[in-house]
Amino acid sequence: MTELAIETIGLAKTFGATRAVDGVDLQVRRGRIHGFLGPNGAGKTTTIRMLATLLRPDAGSAQVFGHDVVREADEVRSRISLTGQFASLDEDLTGIENLVLLSRLLGYSRPAARNRAEELLAAFGLTDAATRQVKKYSGGMRRRIDIAASIVVTPELIFLDEPTTGLDPRSRNQVWDIVRALVAGGTTVLLTTQYLDEADQLAEQISVIDNGRVIAEGTPGELKASVGSGALLVRVQRPEQRPAARGLLERVLAVPVRDEADPAALTATVDDPGPVARALTELDRAGIGLAQFSLGQPSLDEVFLALTGHAATSSDDAEPADLQESSR
Amino acid sequence: MTATDARQQAPSPRQPLEQISGEALQSVLLAGARPPRPGPLSVSATFGWRAMLRIKHVPEQLFDVTAFPVLMTLMFTYLFGGALAGSVDRYVQFFLPGILVQTVVMITMYTGVALNTDITKGVFDRIKSLPIWRPSALVGALLGDVVRFTIASAIVILLGLALGFRPDGGVLGVLAGVALLLVFSFSLGWLWTLLGLVLRTPNSVMNTSMMALFPLTFASNIYVDPETMPGWLQAVVDVNPVAHLVTAIRGLMEGNGDMGDILLVLVESAVLVAVFGTLTMRRYNRRA
Ligand SMILES: Nc1ncnc2c1ncn2[C@@H]1O[C@H](COP(=O)(O)OP(=O)(O)O)[C@@H](O)[C@H]1O
Ligand SMILES: [Mg+2]
Repeated sequence: MTELAIETIGLAKTFGATRAVDGVDLQVRRGRIHGFLGPNGAGKTTTIRMLATLLRPDAGSAQVFGHDVVREADEVRSRISLTGQFASLDEDLTGIENLVLLSRLLGYSRPAARNRAEELLAAFGLTDAATRQVKKYSGGMRRRIDIAASIVVTPELIFLDEPTTGLDPRSRNQVWDIVRALVAGGTTVLLTTQYLDEADQLAEQISVIDNGRVIAEGTPGELKASVGSGALLVRVQRPEQRPAARGLLERVLAVPVRDEADPAALTATVDDPGPVARALTELDRAGIGLAQFSLGQPSLDEVFLALTGHAATSSDDAEPADLQESSR
Repeated sequence: MTATDARQQAPSPRQPLEQISGEALQSVLLAGARPPRPGPLSVSATFGWRAMLRIKHVPEQLFDVTAFPVLMTLMFTYLFGGALAGSVDRYVQFFLPGILVQTVVMITMYTGVALNTDITKGVFDRIKSLPIWRPSALVGALLGDVVRFTIASAIVILLGLALGFRPDGGVLGVLAGVALLLVFSFSLGWLWTLLGLVLRTPNSVMNTSMMALFPLTFASNIYVDPETMPGWLQAVVDVNPVAHLVTAIRGLMEGNGDMGDILLVLVESAVLVAVFGTLTMRRYNRRA
């Protein structure tokens, strides 16, 4: 059994003159939350639609659990579930009717479909809204029933296309909880977002996409490290140990370490956060007690700005400032 | 899960019922084993059930099905009946099978409009990513429409009876006529599903269907005997499938149904499904 839930090579889709997806290579491991991060119009939805067998790629290939999305579409469909960016339920029907409908389509018997719908509504806190038309739901309720509809049968892979766009913080937190529960249950999640903190909070692996291309890839930490340098702050318990600590840090980190005005504090700018953990161990081994040890990382916002030359939430890419290549 | 914990400590007093718990989610995920794949018939029937639910929630859509036939029947019977057939009573005998066909055939175009609305709203993205028999969503929608056609037929016929329609074919003749009409309408529906997939907006689907339907229904024997028409128009009526349908249904309702007429309609229905059903499914599966 392949370790990868998704593997694409050179995936591309053109609409007229728009190269919506322009050669995307993606590898998503099983059981992970993979963040697909990019501004509006970057090509996230188009990529997902190709992976969900709704669009045929113009070039390149895509496999879902080893099954080709074009040639083995049915195999793919029986393993995935899609929560689209826009309404994907019948808004005129009630919540429970929508869920019963999907349960029936997926093979539940009539009574089993009803049970399944009720248990889903209960788990998503929608029992009271069960017999209300979906178009009367609030934004947060909409999102929850959309996701509930996607797990009528627990999918091996779920696509969540901007599941929190336009939600208030409270509803967003609920969606995050649901996503975490999904992955804890063994489902692989491909989640698109325009929000850097969302990718940072949820995803173990992030692909940054802009203008149809993946421009950077890695864990949130790697992405941050690839762009900016982290600011290391160390405070020793006994100020007389500061020189020893400084010498040790300079040796292990191979960067200059500065004395601060605070007689117990040291700071350094580290390009590679790798040896920092080792430095910590060695300080401990040398009997130097620490009062504080922190590695401040650049925010993903800064990462995005550095990678694309424009801010993450803007779709305006008129100014291609210095493009910094990804670390990979 | 810290976010959940935080909320449980400080529940929002306004929306206490929106609580969701990680454990409930876990158990609902565990219970989501995939049942055996349902067959084409069962899935199509489920989509038909959806159409029924839509009638329940959006009863306005029955307006076209009820008000339109009533208006058309009354208007033509009283406005033109005397002029066209000498008396209202005689005209109803001739006209009722025709207006029945006119009404139901006109309603068929909403099939395409509804499909296009589903597509533009995104509902079809979910449906198309399900592992189900591909044509089922369309077959189910058309089956649901057959129910609407039946309601419309019942209204027209009841109104006709009230206006003095006394068909010699009796109950059986009328039912046979309606059955033939339903078969033809289901088949014609595939033309509108194709339009629904090809055109961009529900409105353009509506306009295009209208443009096709007006000549089909007016250049026919629905309102008047084609004998009174100019020769070129008679030639059009002769090859118009809607006219063939009217002829066959008139025969059935008058109690002298002609096997040849009926067979012609059935063949035309089969051709409609074969051609437009195939084109529709090809387009549906195209994934542009
Ligand atoms: N069906 C379509 N026809 C034409 N252009 C499209 C279509 N779908 C998407 N696009 C264009 O492709 C680009 C990528 O769109 P999309 O994948 O929706 O981006 P995202 O989901 O990241 O916001 C955009 O420029 C968009 O306008
Ligand atoms: Mg999108």
